[in-house]
Amino acid sequence: MKALFNILVFPGFLFASVAGMIAIYVDRKVSARVQWRKGPPLFQPVYDFVKLLGKEINVPAETSVITFLAAPFFALAAITLVSTIVWNNIIAPQSTFVGDLIVVVYLLAIPSIAVIVGGFASNNPIASIGASREMKLILSYEMPFILSILVPVIKAGSIRIGDIVNYQIVNGPLIGSAAGITAFISGILCVQAKLSMAPFDIPEAEQEIIAGPVLEYSGLPLGIFKLTKWMMLFVIPSFLVALFMPGATFIGNMLRYVLVLVIIILIKNTNPRIKIDQAVKFFWTWVTGIALLSIVLVLLGR
Amino acid sequence: MSKLTLKALTKSINVFHAACSPCNNCDIEILDCLTPRFDIERFGMTLVGSIRHADAMLVTGVPNMKTAKRIKYVYEQMPKPGVVIAIGSCACGGNLFRHSYNFVKPLDEIIPVDAYVPGCPPKPEAMIAGIVKLIKAIQKK
Repeated sequence: MKALFNILVFPGFLFASVAGMIAIYVDRKVSARVQWRKGPPLFQPVYDFVKLLGKEINVPAETSVITFLAAPFFALAAITLVSTIVWNNIIAPQSTFVGDLIVVVYLLAIPSIAVIVGGFASNNPIASIGASREMKLILSYEMPFILSILVPVIKAGSIRIGDIVNYQIVNGPLIGSAAGITAFISGILCVQAKLSMAPFDIPEAEQEIIAGPVLEYSGLPLGIFKLTKWMMLFVIPSFLVALFMPGATFIGNMLRYVLVLVIIILIKNTNPRIKIDQAVKFFWTWVTGIALLSIVLVLLGR
Repeated sequence: MSKLTLKALTKSINVFHAACSPCNNCDIEILDCLTPRFDIERFGMTLVGSIRHADAMLVTGVPNMKTAKRIKYVYEQMPKPGVVIAIGSCACGGNLFRHSYNFVKPLDEIIPVDAYVPGCPPKPEAMIAGIVKLIKAIQKK
């Protein structure tokens, strides 16, 4: 009963979706203010989602209907579980199982894989281009992301997020050390790519390939994909908060999350999109280099 | 479609821009609506690139031999409920091309048109006024 409550209400589906809607509202509003516009009204994400519930669902001809319609729900389920595990660990560090860090890393790959499956199932050349770009992007950012996660693991000596959080509450946040700040920088660049935000919004580049993998979706499945995107905007930065700078209180953690969110939005608004080959080169040289440097530093005890 | 989703639809209209052989003047004025001066995102409207995500089609230009059947095809792909707005005098009734050899028939005889915004090209203010009137019409339905 408690597990069901955790997954469905707090800190799982309901909590993450409401927080994600607020996060995407902040994103759109800050972007609008940067461009000297006024921006959308407060309940805009709610209107967007409720509207899609009432629209007609189109399925392309000559495709696997089950694969096409199931892909968004896999993404939603995975990100709900990640939210449950991460926020349970932040609120009560001893409440989950050993090895949940590895589970979270695997679960975080599923939304991207669902986008790829949905894109290829769309039976549309432009959606296929978007899905293949998403695949290349995964190949480029996964390695530096795991390398930068290794730093808190080595420092705390455990693969449980709760132990990492506890270690930092006792010994001060990891971001204060040289190894922590370098790992955080490479981590936030990988998160930018995971959220597919500019400069790494290559898979759904609006000006070149319209909407990328979600091109053929309409109605409820599109709404689920959008909701997943918004929840990722909340969950993945808070995962970074748990790994690098957790606070002792719930409010403190929320404020730190807002700080990371603002950094991500500012990176998004000040950088133009790069090409996919440039992105792979960037991640495999610079970001991996920074992540390796942070591992060397943490092994030296800095 | 229930009352709740209909109310949400009027607050978040995704606009698709279907260029039906226009002279580009109306297209530039449509893009003007997104700039800081007019900013239609205030009303929750966004310009989308895919017809599957659209709630409203902005059609510009004269339907001719080539584009007439294609504009019908695009309209059929739009998930319903959706509305069509004719932007500019050409889409409203042919303008000076109505006696041309290439002119098929007016747009509203090919697909159902819900609102007309005349002008050559119409001002962004006129387009916003047209869309606001359309929202009121949807709410009354």
